[in-house]
Amino acid sequence: MHELPVTESILTIALRYAEREHATSISDLYLVIGDLSSIVDESVQFYWDIISRDTIAEGATLHFERTPMQMVCFDCGKTYRPEPGTLSCPGCGSTIVQVAGGEDFRLEAITVEKDENTEKANEAAPSVDGVIEET
Amino acid sequence: MDVIKVPVVEEILSANDQLAVANRELLDANKVFGVNIMSSPGSGKTSTIVATQERLKDSLRLGMVDGDIATTIDADRAAEAGMQAVQINTGGNCHLDAVMVSQGIRSLKLEDLDLMIIENVGNLICPSSFKLGTHISVLIASVPEGADKPYKYPPMYRGVDAVIINKIDVLPYFDFDMDYFVKGVEMLNPGVKSFPISNKTGEGLDAWADWLYEQVAAYQQSAAE
Ligand SMILES: Nc1nc2c(ncn2[C@@H]2O[C@H](COP(=O)(O)OP(=O)(O)OP(=O)(O)O)[C@@H](O)[C@H]2O)c(=O)[nH]1
Ligand SMILES: [Mg+2]
Ligand SMILES: [Zn+2]
Ligand SMILES: [Zn+2]
Repeated sequence: MHELPVTESILTIALRYAEREHATSISDLYLVIGDLSSIVDESVQFYWDIISRDTIAEGATLHFERTPMQMVCFDCGKTYRPEPGTLSCPGCGSTIVQVAGGEDFRLEAITVEKDENTEKANEAAPSVDGVIEET
Repeated sequence: MDVIKVPVVEEILSANDQLAVANRELLDANKVFGVNIMSSPGSGKTSTIVATQERLKDSLRLGMVDGDIATTIDADRAAEAGMQAVQINTGGNCHLDAVMVSQGIRSLKLEDLDLMIIENVGNLICPSSFKLGTHISVLIASVPEGADKPYKYPPMYRGVDAVIINKIDVLPYFDFDMDYFVKGVEMLNPGVKSFPISNKTGEGLDAWADWLYEQVAAYQQSAAE
């Protein structure tokens, strides 16, 4: 429901890291998103196609790694995915349990392309804060 | 052309989280205790905030930041009850974020406050994902919504410091399985405080207000040291 600001955050982070690498383009983004995050992949993709236009990330592929909701039982040690409408342990029925997965919400990595000339220029004049200096 | 994979490992909402830290610093600089109140629409956020003001106004100075989609009705109710109140226009947003709250906090006279309560946008899906910088967050559930809400909207019950169960006056008319509800909350958020209340009869409100007062007093004491 709020995928637009989320997608904007993803773009901002990706561009920041790409700039740090003096990349000329971003080709892939690897996202890890837990099922507890209430984010719909298709909506992120939809906004991505719009907001990445005219940036070095235009046309980049979004890879979604979905992590399921997981719980762990303190009584029998079982790790499980709760069935709808339940949370308690399906193994022993215990309610002494804890959420153990599914809350991820991060950008794990990006794949970027670098121009060799840019790289040489950077070696010659190491830049501060990702600003490429003229040589 | 070189192709390289660059590790990032950054939380997607890191920019929001950083701003939330800045909000917290602003509150701390003024020794104001912040509370983020979340619930689905109509669960009783405004009613509970006004009832809290009535119970604490002789000992604490309360302010309210209202994240309403368009109207100032809720902020007006709080102002009428004697609170410093500001409404932030969320422009149809489904949640409050740290940027909006930052604007809200800045339009309050923080030096005249002890406790600032934020009424989040009525929504049971996403407000909990966005840190605002408050010291605690509270979820209000209400009897007519049904006892299955923790099971259907688990993220909202994670990370809150207290759960209020409002409208217990209507328990006789609903098949609200309190045991099922409380167990669900406890499994998602072990040890969380819970307060059954009714804004209609006043039941349970003193216990809630006393607890909140203790939180503020402990905060102010540690801030003074
Ligand atoms: N019976 C009963 N009604 C209540 C109680 N608390 C609130 N209400 C009623 O529930 C309705 C919604 O209450 P509000 O306090 O406005 O709820 P809210 O969560 O602020 O609503 P939004 O800001 O619109 O999301 C009002 O008609 C209240 O009078 C209660 O404890 N018992
Ligand atoms: Mg309200
Ligand atoms: Zn078990
Ligand atoms: Zn939202």
